[in-house]
Amino acid sequence: MAAAIEVDGLVKRYGTLAAVDGIRFSVAPGSVFSFLGPNGAGKTTTTEILEGLRKRTEGEVQVLGLDPWTEGEPLHRRIGVIPQDFRFFEKITPKEAIEYYRALFHTDVDPIALLGKVELADKANSRFDTLSGGQKQKLGLALALTNDPEICFLDEPTTGLDPHARRAIWAVIRSLKKEGRTVFLTTHYLEEAELLADRVAIIHHGKIIAEGSPAEIIAQHGLPARMTVEGSPALAAYLQMNLGAAAVVEDGKVSVTLNDKGDALKILTAIEASGLPWTSFTTTHDTLDDVFVRLVGQMDEGTLKSENAK
Amino acid sequence: MKLGHIGADFRIVSRTYFRNPVALFFSLIFPIILISLFGAIFSATSSSAVNLVVVNEDHNPTGIGYTPESVAFLQALNATTLVKVSVVDVNAQNFSNYLGQNGDTTGLIIPAGFQSDYTNSTPVNLTIFTNPQDAAAGGTVIGAVQGVSAAFNLHRACGSGTCVPVIGFTTRNVGSQVYKYIDYLIPGLIGFAILTSPMFSMVDIASSYRKDGIFRQLSLTPITRSEWLTSRILWYVALTFVTSTIMIGAGVLLFGAHVTLTLGMLPFLVVGPFFFVSLGMLAGSVAKTPESAALIGNIITFPMMFLSGTFFQVSMMPAGLQTFAHILPLYYVIDGLNQVMLFQNTSRAILDLLIVLIGSVIIFLLAVRLFKWRDE
Repeated sequence: MAAAIEVDGLVKRYGTLAAVDGIRFSVAPGSVFSFLGPNGAGKTTTTEILEGLRKRTEGEVQVLGLDPWTEGEPLHRRIGVIPQDFRFFEKITPKEAIEYYRALFHTDVDPIALLGKVELADKANSRFDTLSGGQKQKLGLALALTNDPEICFLDEPTTGLDPHARRAIWAVIRSLKKEGRTVFLTTHYLEEAELLADRVAIIHHGKIIAEGSPAEIIAQHGLPARMTVEGSPALAAYLQMNLGAAAVVEDGKVSVTLNDKGDALKILTAIEASGLPWTSFTTTHDTLDDVFVRLVGQMDEGTLKSENAK
Repeated sequence: MKLGHIGADFRIVSRTYFRNPVALFFSLIFPIILISLFGAIFSATSSSAVNLVVVNEDHNPTGIGYTPESVAFLQALNATTLVKVSVVDVNAQNFSNYLGQNGDTTGLIIPAGFQSDYTNSTPVNLTIFTNPQDAAAGGTVIGAVQGVSAAFNLHRACGSGTCVPVIGFTTRNVGSQVYKYIDYLIPGLIGFAILTSPMFSMVDIASSYRKDGIFRQLSLTPITRSEWLTSRILWYVALTFVTSTIMIGAGVLLFGAHVTLTLGMLPFLVVGPFFFVSLGMLAGSVAKTPESAALIGNIITFPMMFLSGTFFQVSMMPAGLQTFAHILPLYYVIDGLNQVMLFQNTSRAILDLLIVLIGSVIIFLLAVRLFKWRDE
C-alpha cells in the first residue's frame, strides 16, 4: 500500500539557517506517527510543509500522493489540521464554527455529535473567547474532523494543557486511529509519543537522529536493563569477581547490567551467596525519555566540540 | 467564487459584529452623534445676520423703557434680517471701549430726543460704529440703517398713508436651491462612514488574523481569498446602508436637512465600501506588524477624513488643497453623493462612480494578490 506521507531529502532554509536539514521518512496509512523533538528542532516547519502552509527549499514531499504546496486545494479537502496554539474568531461559538466549516467543505456532519466526540458538546453555545485552553484545543480538533479527513495533523495538541484535558485529547487520537485515519503527531512530551505512536522520529537541529517504534528506538539507543540493589562497595567487588559482570556503585546503590533476563536470577543468587548485607532490589530499563535526553545531549556535545574545533 | 462560501463567511462576520458592543456603537450610535454635533455647531452660526450692538438713549419721559419711535426703528432694523439688534445699557461715552472689549465690530447709538426730533421733523443724528477690519459687517450695518432711515424719512415727509414711493420693487425667487451646511454634511458624513468603518477594522483584521493564525486556518479550508474579501465587502455594504439611513434620518429629523432620496445613491453605497475594504486589506497586508499596519492605515485615512468634503465642502478650501482633494478617492464618493442627493447632476455622478469603480477593481485585485494566508 502506498505511504500516506512520503518525505525524501526535505530541506527548509531561512537565509543560511537550515531549519530542516535533509530529512527522510514515510508514514504508513492508518498508523500514528510521532515527530518528537525539543523546541526549535524543526517539527512545526516540517508539519507546515506537509500541510501545504509553507514552501520547501528542496526535496520530495508527497501527502496522499499530492504535492502539498502546488496541490493544496485537493489536499486540504482530505486532511485535517490542528495548528499549535489554535485560535479562532473570538465571538463565535463551537457550534457556529463547525457549521461554518461544514458549509465550506460541503459536508453534512452534525455539529453536536462532532462536539460530543471531542467532549465539548456542553460548550457548544459558548463563545470562543470564553473557552479554556483545553476547550479551544478540542474545538480545533473537532474542526479538523469536519471534513472526515484521511490524515490528521496535530502540532503539539496538548502543550500547556492540564493532565485531564491532555488525557481527553489522547482518547480522541486513539479513536482516530481506530477509525483507520493516519495521524501525524508532533510533541515534545515523550510520554505522549510512547503511549500513542506506532512509529516515532526524533528530530533535532533539523535532522532525524532516530526513527522506529518506541521499543525499537529504546533497544537501539537505550542502555541495557539493569538490576540495582542497595549495598556496599564490597558487594560490588564480590559480584564483579564472581559473575564477571561490571558492577557500578553510586550513592550506596550497586547496579549490574542485565544482558539477558536469566541474568537477574544469577545476580540475586550471587548476592545471597555473598553473605553481605543488602536491601531492596529494582530492575530498570531506559524509557524513550532517557533515550531522547541522551541522544539530544550527545548531539549537542558533538555540535559544541565541532564548533570548538573550528 | 462560490456563493455558499461567501454566505457562510458573511454569517461569521455579522455575528462577530453584532456581538461586539464597540463595533455596534461606532456603526449605529456614532453617526447620530456626528450628525448632531456638527449639525448643531454649524447650524447655529449659519445665520448671516450681523450682530449690531445698540445703545438707546431715548428713554421715555417717565424713565421706564424706551420711546415708541426708537423701539419701532430698532424693530424695523431687525426686520431687514441683515442685522440682529441687541440693546445694551452702556454710557454713550464708553461705547467705543465697550465694543472693543466685547469683540463686537458694529454698534449704533440712538441719541436722547430721537422721538421728539423725529415727530417735529427736526434733524437728528444716529452714530454708527464700524470696524475697518470687518468691512463687510460695517457695510451691512450702514446699508441697513440707511434703508430704515430712508423709510422713516419718507413716512415723516408724506404723512400717514398718502405717499406712494416713485420707485418700488417686488421680490421674486431665483430657481437655484440654496443649500444649508447640514445638506452637505449628510453626504459628507456618509462618505466619512464609508471610509473609516472598513479602513480601521480591515487594517486591524489583516494584521491580527495573520498574527493569530486565523488566515492559516482558513487557508486549510476551501474558501478562497477573493471569496473571503467579497464577504467582508458585502458586510460593509450592508452596514453602510444602515448607517446612511440613520444619518439621513437624524439629519432630516433634527435639522430639517434637505436631501433627495434616490436610487442613484445606491451605486455609491456599494462601490464606496468595495474600495475601502479592499484598500484596508491591502494596507494591512503590506505591513509586517499590527503596529505598522495601524500606522499605514492612519496615514491613508486621516487626510481623506478631513479633505474629501466630509465635514467641509471642498470648494471652501484653498486652491492647493482642492487640487490635493482631487487625488483622494473619497472625494469622488462624496462628490458623487452630493451630485445625486443635492444637485441631481447625473452625468457628473456617473463620472465620479466610474472613477471609484475602476479604482476599486484595481485595489481589490492588488489586495487579493498581496494578502497571503500562507508563508513562502
